[in-house]
Amino acid sequence: MQRGSRRGGLFAAGFATLALVLAACSATPQPSDTSSAGAPATTGAAPAAGGNLVVGVTSDPNTLDPWKATQFQAVAVLQTLYGTLTEFDKDLNVVPGLATSWDVSSDGLTVTFHLRQGVTFSDGSTLSSADVVSSLTKIKDKATAAVAAASLASVASIAAPDASTVVLTLSAPDAALLANLAVINMAIVPAKADEATLATTPDGTGPFVLKAHTPNQSLTVARNAAYWGDKALLDTVEFRVIPDQSSIVSAMQSGNVQMSVLDDPLVAQTAAAAGLTIQKTPQLSYHVLQLNASRSVLSDVNVRLAIQCAIDRQQVLDTAALGEGEVTGPITSPAYKSDPNDRPCPTRDVAKAKDYLAKAGKSGGVTIDTIVSTGEYSTSVNEAQNLQSQLAEAGITLKLEVLESGAYVDRWVAADFDAAVALNGGRPDPDGMYSRYFTSTGNLNKVAGYSSPTLDQLFVQGRASSDPAVRKPIYKKIGEELENNAAWVWLFTGYNYTATVKGVTGFVPMANNSLQFLRTTGLS
Amino acid sequence: MRTLLRHTLVRRLVTALATLFGVAVVVFVMLRAIPGSQITANLGIETAALTPEQRASLEAYYGLDRPLVVQFFSWLGGLLTGNLGWSSRAHTSVLALTAQALPVTLELALLTIVLSLVIGVPLGMLSASKPNSARDAAGQVVGLAGLSIPAFLLATALLSALSAWLHWNPNGAGYASPGKDLGLNLEQMVLPALTLAFGIAAPIMRTTRSAVLEIRSEDFVRTARAKGVPPRRLQARHVLRNALVPIVTMTGLQFGYLLGGAVVVEQVFSLPGIGRQVLLGIQQKEYATVQSTVLVIALAFVVVNLLTDALYRLIDPRVRAA
Repeated sequence: MQRGSRRGGLFAAGFATLALVLAACSATPQPSDTSSAGAPATTGAAPAAGGNLVVGVTSDPNTLDPWKATQFQAVAVLQTLYGTLTEFDKDLNVVPGLATSWDVSSDGLTVTFHLRQGVTFSDGSTLSSADVVSSLTKIKDKATAAVAAASLASVASIAAPDASTVVLTLSAPDAALLANLAVINMAIVPAKADEATLATTPDGTGPFVLKAHTPNQSLTVARNAAYWGDKALLDTVEFRVIPDQSSIVSAMQSGNVQMSVLDDPLVAQTAAAAGLTIQKTPQLSYHVLQLNASRSVLSDVNVRLAIQCAIDRQQVLDTAALGEGEVTGPITSPAYKSDPNDRPCPTRDVAKAKDYLAKAGKSGGVTIDTIVSTGEYSTSVNEAQNLQSQLAEAGITLKLEVLESGAYVDRWVAADFDAAVALNGGRPDPDGMYSRYFTSTGNLNKVAGYSSPTLDQLFVQGRASSDPAVRKPIYKKIGEELENNAAWVWLFTGYNYTATVKGVTGFVPMANNSLQFLRTTGLS
Repeated sequence: MRTLLRHTLVRRLVTALATLFGVAVVVFVMLRAIPGSQITANLGIETAALTPEQRASLEAYYGLDRPLVVQFFSWLGGLLTGNLGWSSRAHTSVLALTAQALPVTLELALLTIVLSLVIGVPLGMLSASKPNSARDAAGQVVGLAGLSIPAFLLATALLSALSAWLHWNPNGAGYASPGKDLGLNLEQMVLPALTLAFGIAAPIMRTTRSAVLEIRSEDFVRTARAKGVPPRRLQARHVLRNALVPIVTMTGLQFGYLLGGAVVVEQVFSLPGIGRQVLLGIQQKEYATVQSTVLVIALAFVVVNLLTDALYRLIDPRVRAA
């Protein structure tokens, strides 16, 4: 690694960006002025092109490298700048992106992508199959440390027979592949670009291009006039850093900010009371009490079932999250959603819980070391305390360890806990969501603490067909297998709240918390 | 060497350098003692999905694979050549980040101190002018309120109320530097400076009150009064002048603290100051950012202390003689 020379380059690039920012900031008109220009607010009519939208965010992106971005703010920004082979529509169905179509061979082992013609990167160069091959190869390469590397585990080779075709050869059928390719961590970048330069000078095919960035303060993207799809309506979108969610609401009330995504139900209530428009979107991410079956105290399925039966999930939701959410089973994606009543104890049953404990020979009660994070999301500690009091009635003691988020992640990653109160991200495809946790070879199986030959087999079956009608019953079985063995205790899914001021139209919030529809958003 | 060390200024400089080195060591060790690294801060629970190769590659990227001693001395060596380190999150040097953040904090601190003095000193003198009277009690109540109302509460209340009722929220417009828009910049500083000044005026007021009360009972004041010095002149030239030393000490101390960044107030009012820089650095486990910024803050504190000392000499001839 040539650390020294890269640093030098970054220094120069950093200062160049700063200079750009200073030049650009003074030219940005005040959006609040343009929106109150007096045009009749005809709701429903297609918004006209133009306008500068300010989105309030609590933090600057922590990286501009699409292959390494996991933070919400980073993903939101990068989705405006980069493109992927496939994309999601508003209902999370896979639709064409940089690939206009694809063919899957009858054995499911060869996937051929036909690339869109005339797509250009923001540096002006034209997208070709070489860029796709190079991007996917680098993402798969362990040395890159791309977060989506495991999603390409089934890909044995990547080839480009001609400039507009890419062929992926798989080692086993992988029905989740197309959905896995639609996330921003699979962004296609020019073959000649190096990752270090991209981190300051993004070069993508998205509906917007980077215009200005002042670290810790704001990041502005402008409409990409060369975008392959419908051009974005807005002239610019500024992601303005306002660290405190309440302060974002204040800034929206005073007209400085037009849009933001809130996750704290309390703040969302304040915002609604202040007259802002709030759109609630159920999330794929789920609140869960993770049980670690590899620890001796939880290795007996009866102890795990006892825990499951002693919990009223609705009560957790009501006390910890103001009832803002829905009780959930394992699979949260709309197309494969688990029925939350399809589990051993759909309603709380303390007597049954005690029976299970007796069966495990633990009538005297058990003590479970449980980790809880603070600062990661607002409801964690309240959830933990409610679970603790409910389980106490069944003779199960949750010993809570409330940890700062860094310490929590360290313990979680090392699977150093009996149980963990967690908010885990969901994915549109149930295989992408859970095979990494609950197959014996999954890269998060150590943390999940549970696997079985039955599950391994079911996941292979689920990947083998791309027909939803065939896959649905398989994932129903997987859900039942997880619940009947009380692998974890799934609690509820929450909402995200998109707050907008009057005049913002055309934005569609999504269950995966994506802001991709900024490209259809207008200001009237 | 001995004679050199006997010189006050040199001695103070040596102490200051030793203090700074101590701060450097403590920050360096503490940062590494807290759990988590830049990798886990960036990737969160996705860290668990990294293969050993991926992890090693990231550790090399963030410079975490080098021995601690090497990390410490290469950082310290960098400092001496003006290289404060690199922020991979912001993709810029810590020096550039600090050059952006320090003026914000400095401006806020200066405005706050001026406001605190304008509020605190007259209130303290007013209280002292008639101890245990109604006006003294009123002054004490204001002081107590200033000390006990937490800044985050006052800040949030001010911001929400003014945004909701007057639609006035200059801080929502994105930070404007004085060079870009001085008017907007000052508007953005008013509320945070007021919030902080409310808390800092209180100790200044109490210090003023007790210092004035003490000086007033001294013989020379009685003599001056007997000689017919007009009350106003007596207050300003004789009492306040002599009560200044504790007031300056208190002000210097508060100013020093303010230079460390008022994290809460910076958060609520979206000011990109030095406090937020440290907070973000800690959240992201960016060791170089935190270490260098804390050292800059410590340096500022030391300088303010030296300046306060110099001020004593100006105010009090007895210190000069000593």
